[in-house]
Amino acid sequence: MSEIVFELNGEQTKLAVSPTRRVIDVLREDLKLTGSKEGCGTGECGACSVLVDGQLRLACLMVAGQLDGHRLTTVEGLGESPLGAKVQTAFAQAGAVQCGYCTPGMEIAAVDLLSRQPDPSRDEVRAALSGNLCRCTGYVKIIDAVCQAADVLNASEDAQS
Amino acid sequence: MTKTTNDVNALAVGANETRADAKAKAQGREPYAADYYPDGVLWAGAVRPGARQGVAHARLLAIDTAAAAALPGVVKILTAADVPGTNRQGIVHKDMPVLVGDKLRYAGDPVALVIAESREALRQAIGLVVVSLEPLPAVCDPVAAMAEGAVRVHDERADNLLAAAEIRLGEGAQGLDHCDVVVAGSFSTPVQAHGFIETENGVACCAPDGSLTMTISTQAPFRDRMEIAHALGLSFDQIRIVAPCLGGGFGGKDGATVQCLLALAALHSDGRPVKMVWGREENLLAGYRRHSCRVDYRLGANRDGTLEAVHCRLVYDTGAYAHLGGEVMALGMEHAGGPYRIPHVLIEGQCVYTNNPVAGAMRAFGVCQVTFAFEAMIAELARELGIDPLALRRQNALLPGDTNCAGVVVGESTGIADCLDLIAGHPLWLERAAWKDAAPPGTQRGVGLAAVFNAAGYGAKVRDSAIAKVELTGDGQFVVHNAVSDMGQGNAAAFVQIAGHVLQQDAARVSVRQPDTATAYPSGSSSAGRTTFTFGNALIVACEQLKARLINRAGLLLFVDDDSTLTLVPGKIVHQASAREVSLARLAGFLRDEERSCLGEYVAPLCPDPGTGKGFFIGFPHVVFAYGAHLARIEVDLSTGQIRVVDYLAVTDGGQVINPAMYDQQVHGGVAQGLGYALMEDLATRDGQVLAGDFSRYLIPGALDLPEITSVACPGEESRGPFGMKGIGEVAMNGPLPAVANALADGCAIHLRDAPLTPERVLLALESLAEESSQ
Repeated sequence: MSEIVFELNGEQTKLAVSPTRRVIDVLREDLKLTGSKEGCGTGECGACSVLVDGQLRLACLMVAGQLDGHRLTTVEGLGESPLGAKVQTAFAQAGAVQCGYCTPGMEIAAVDLLSRQPDPSRDEVRAALSGNLCRCTGYVKIIDAVCQAADVLNASEDAQS
Repeated sequence: MTKTTNDVNALAVGANETRADAKAKAQGREPYAADYYPDGVLWAGAVRPGARQGVAHARLLAIDTAAAAALPGVVKILTAADVPGTNRQGIVHKDMPVLVGDKLRYAGDPVALVIAESREALRQAIGLVVVSLEPLPAVCDPVAAMAEGAVRVHDERADNLLAAAEIRLGEGAQGLDHCDVVVAGSFSTPVQAHGFIETENGVACCAPDGSLTMTISTQAPFRDRMEIAHALGLSFDQIRIVAPCLGGGFGGKDGATVQCLLALAALHSDGRPVKMVWGREENLLAGYRRHSCRVDYRLGANRDGTLEAVHCRLVYDTGAYAHLGGEVMALGMEHAGGPYRIPHVLIEGQCVYTNNPVAGAMRAFGVCQVTFAFEAMIAELARELGIDPLALRRQNALLPGDTNCAGVVVGESTGIADCLDLIAGHPLWLERAAWKDAAPPGTQRGVGLAAVFNAAGYGAKVRDSAIAKVELTGDGQFVVHNAVSDMGQGNAAAFVQIAGHVLQQDAARVSVRQPDTATAYPSGSSSAGRTTFTFGNALIVACEQLKARLINRAGLLLFVDDDSTLTLVPGKIVHQASAREVSLARLAGFLRDEERSCLGEYVAPLCPDPGTGKGFFIGFPHVVFAYGAHLARIEVDLSTGQIRVVDYLAVTDGGQVINPAMYDQQVHGGVAQGLGYALMEDLATRDGQVLAGDFSRYLIPGALDLPEITSVACPGEESRGPFGMKGIGEVAMNGPLPAVANALADGCAIHLRDAPLTPERVLLALESLAEESSQ
């Protein structure tokens, strides 16, 4: 056990945990933040995607020690940011959600993309989501959702400027 | 009436309402079975020595648990001797042990169950259980398994044939004798994994009084109760199953996965909760999968293109245990003549035990195998006859009142001809020649079609019924007590929409409670394209009853004696003439608890026996079918053999549409899973050992692998369905493999008979074609 200190969804968090415990287990079992899912445990499905310092990471391939001193955002905290909230709304409204198990990871990947590229083409969206597997949707409406979120985002920024 | 800010709109069937579950899922709040981590939870896991020792068939000699039991954190290790009941599970045939006591019949058979304090202790302990096996010769090829003297998978059976049946119409195979043209082909289809992202899992707890409460990722909570009771010698009322939303199912969670093992673990956990989660490797080894199939066809027609006769032979490999193997075969046979009129039919089917992993239910079970072959035969026939492939299909397409290949007279809702007409008028079809001509250098383009159909419902001899419950809560909200799991297809949201429509309530006033055997009523499994059809019909009955009752009781409060003058609107009942009203919250307080709920029952129609089948047990034939016509435009890289599907159009006859977005979701998903089946998915085994243990070796399509998929709903109505709908969850799965294979034949003149259509196979076929033409 060692103590790690990190920012979790905007809150300073102190945790006594084995530094080699997987982040996905810390989140789901220790902190009861079960929004992040595990679909493979080997980094292939993307269901456990989280943001570390705003960058896309896989919680099944990270250990707790790597969080120390960093900023972690999970799907539970995603709605706190205007971008994350817009992505979540777009996913719900565009019909991007079916079983919903890949959805949190998909949204995290979408936020990662839109924070780097606020006006992506559909091909750019496809590439950005290619590390996240979905078995229900065929991706069409997920891509629609990301493009919709980008449109809403750009429209609100236009309105502000 | 002008809309004011206070107005709310009632949910409406046919409208694009946002799925009721979408927001919670998008915010990561929807609880799945895997998300339950009760305090003090123990972990359970199975010991599956066959995979570890590379053996698919073996006598179990001894299990040495001493080293594992001595490991700190290990609570208990159970073997077959600890199973209290019959130790047998299975939906139709009870042939699958919970824990194997005598012999392993496939590499994933479990021989022991370990319960531990932590996942880490569990993992280590499983590795420390020493299992002595005496390897037996394994039979892993279904044709070899049918040979005289073949090794028997089940010692107590005379042979490995699980089921054999035939369908005969007209003159049967002799009809081919007087055809002008006969085409023939032999095909094989791969094993496909469901690939749901939430693997098989659950959590269970046994109370001091012996009652079990289990939260399971399951498509059939009520049947699970029966399976567990039978296998472990318990009574039904001891077992409560809660079935939250599933992280995907596709048939793979229909039937016992973790259920009996987990219940057994709970019985030995001294009242502590116990959790079991299969990893991806265990899912690919011990989870169910799609049957591989060998298919032989002969199809005959007259010179003018009229289909005359078909003869086909199907061999399905069910693996070590039956699951629904016989029913999978039956459904495939029922669809083996395609959605066409063919007067002379002989369809022979066999379903065979082998020492391969267990095949079971998967979206469009049995059907997508035969559709690949049949639609390739139709395309070949069109080439032989020099008839346009769309015109040939249209000419022979089933029309209402026609007899299908199983001898069933199809009803008014038979829209295959309309689906084909919509393809015929679509730009993707009309502009195909120019598109093909514009193929970039080094590529070849092709356009392929498939006409598909898929039965809905359980089929003959299985009661397909549902009991829906709708409740007005004490504070004036409505709750639908769903009894058929939502594995992602959106049936629960459809139920909210149906209830809101009948009860004239808005989205905020209607919610759904997911299945719980303690509060809902047996309504069958979430499967077979019957979920919304059957439960939806029952729900309409329940909602109409409740609506009538509420209006009647409101009349008492409002001093109105004519119920027809009262209207149920969002949140209240109003008497328009006098402008008097009572809120539902107030009305709820006026009712006794039992008055606030209504049950509705429904039994789906059964097909009268057409007298065409022989050897079927249950599930043949059906009476409601969804139809579809699919078009794939592909580009083949001639140097790599890689197929890129550029455009995909799926026209679907699903009767009336309850929710257009959800309709498209089902079609997109079926096409996506079908394109995976067409292009890359092959859960191969060697000597009964699964070669893939993860998603890097079992590939399913990612966002870069799939095209934009266009879904078009063909107008129609199935009068027996709720609001005229019929289930479309499965039909779209059937199109992609034949459509892509036919596009490949169209573009490159190669005719692949073995799926999936991998780059290697395409390249080899291109090379042999080049050799042939240079000779």
